[in-house]
Amino acid sequence: MANVISDETIEYVGILAKLELSDAEKEEAKSDMGRMLDYIDKLNELDTTGVEPMSHVFPVQNVFREDVVTNGDDSENMLKNAPAERDNMYEVPKTVE
Amino acid sequence: MAKQYETVIGLEVHVELATKTKIFCGCSTAFGGEANTHTCPVCTGMPGSLPVLNKQVVEYAIAVGLATNCDITQYCKFDRKNYFYPDNPQNYQISQLYLPICRNGGVEIETEEGTKTIGIHEIHMEEDAGKLIHDEWNDCSLVDYNRSGVPLIEIVSEPDMRSADEVIAYLEKLRLIIQYLGASDCKLQEGSMRADVNLSVREVGAEKFGTRTEMKNLNSFKAIARAIEGERERQIDLLEAGEEVLQETRRWDDTKECSYAMRSKEDAQDYRYFPEPDLVPIVISDEWLDQIRERQPEFRTEKMKRYKEEFEIPDYDIEIITGSKHLADIFEATTAICKQPKKVSNWLMVETMRLLKEKEMEPEDICFSPENLAKLIMMADKKEINSTVAKEVFEVMFANDTDPEKYVEEKGLKTVNDEGALRTTVEKVIADNPQSVEDYHNGKEKAIGFLVGQTMKAMQGKADPGMVNKLLKELLS
Ligand SMILES: [Zn+2]
Repeated sequence: MANVISDETIEYVGILAKLELSDAEKEEAKSDMGRMLDYIDKLNELDTTGVEPMSHVFPVQNVFREDVVTNGDDSENMLKNAPAERDNMYEVPKTVE
Repeated sequence: MAKQYETVIGLEVHVELATKTKIFCGCSTAFGGEANTHTCPVCTGMPGSLPVLNKQVVEYAIAVGLATNCDITQYCKFDRKNYFYPDNPQNYQISQLYLPICRNGGVEIETEEGTKTIGIHEIHMEEDAGKLIHDEWNDCSLVDYNRSGVPLIEIVSEPDMRSADEVIAYLEKLRLIIQYLGASDCKLQEGSMRADVNLSVREVGAEKFGTRTEMKNLNSFKAIARAIEGERERQIDLLEAGEEVLQETRRWDDTKECSYAMRSKEDAQDYRYFPEPDLVPIVISDEWLDQIRERQPEFRTEKMKRYKEEFEIPDYDIEIITGSKHLADIFEATTAICKQPKKVSNWLMVETMRLLKEKEMEPEDICFSPENLAKLIMMADKKEINSTVAKEVFEVMFANDTDPEKYVEEKGLKTVNDEGALRTTVEKVIADNPQSVEDYHNGKEKAIGFLVGQTMKAMQGKADPGMVNKLLKELLS
């Protein structure tokens, strides 16, 4: 494996993803990520100088909707997807920035 | 000698666009609905749902860009900004990083030293997040996604401002342009316009910028001015004490008039932006741009010029009235009905301004219709009501757009123009107040004022004071 993921990196990625990993899981994730980066390095072997990055494969542009209300109140169905519900709202673990 | 410091300020202004529907789905953007009643699989980030762009959002963004002298990016795209927070159901926000729709613009502001241009780095389109309500009792948060997916534009300025006054002049300029375009009502209090302030200080003459902080949660012009003052002092104090300013995001608490750190650079987010795969590129043709250019409204400067030519009203009135799009609209529509620009301007400048100030409202909050104001003006003009009654009716109309004709009818406030009835009352007042009559005859002109007052009282305010005066003089001579 050419790419070695440091302890600091795995710690930081964990914070960004809001994941708490055990030491064993961290080791596993480090090795997985290292292998993923090795694979990306393979792609980097190709010389792409002067090639515009492509974000869409289809030659389609300007797909719009008119500004007209088409959706009504479907909150009863929508809230069936909620882990927990109260007062027509989604109840989640307390999150304060 | 004490060191002299210069404040360097740049602004990120979010503006909620006045579309009927959200940016990527057909859900309503109307305010005040019950929680989650304006949501669908798209704006709650359900797997498999696909966004479709609201054309009006692009048109508003272009219109604002043109009005702020920006270059329009004729090939533009959306990008994904990744972050995890419950107000963001997709775990990413659709925004623009690489090819924002407008770039390299600027607006002119008036300062004490004269006209100054504040550069606009870029304007991009993005979606708003939902609203979190924290439940202190049950240690949980409740989420309402009605605002999730409401279209925003973010206007990013260059760090060209040097004082709170300049910041406020810039914000007022932006607000006016956007209101004139009808692209948003730009109410700071209600959050349809939000400003984040990036501020640093440096010694006067220094070339390099100091370390900047970003301040959030500023929801009035006054709060912005206080936050700028507070942050400038905090940074200068740090530098004077030989300490360092840390690059961080701070939250302004306007009641305590201080800010506290929310996030520092060390735990700064890495948003891992990448091109949004679910939305195809936008290509803006020259024809489309021309169409939007042609539709641009008359802006304030042109409007002021036209008012000066068309209406005989004071320059000061013109300045105040055109200072709010809503006020200017009311002025023009009312004048079109009653053909009395001077009187319309008077009602707006005196009574309207007085009530706005008293009730701490903005001109944008005015709810009475031009039709009703015109009716009131015409009734007063025909002397169907006297000026005291007119003011009373105006207050009711100001509060809830009451039809003045109906109100006057119901409350029986019409001036009694029946000379016979008035004459009887005046005669009675003269008979009841011999002292005042004597005073009047002894040359005390003022005594007649008392008699007019007594007559008005006896008529329950429903008489024309001019007529009462005339009748009194006639009967006393
Ligand atoms: Zn929706």
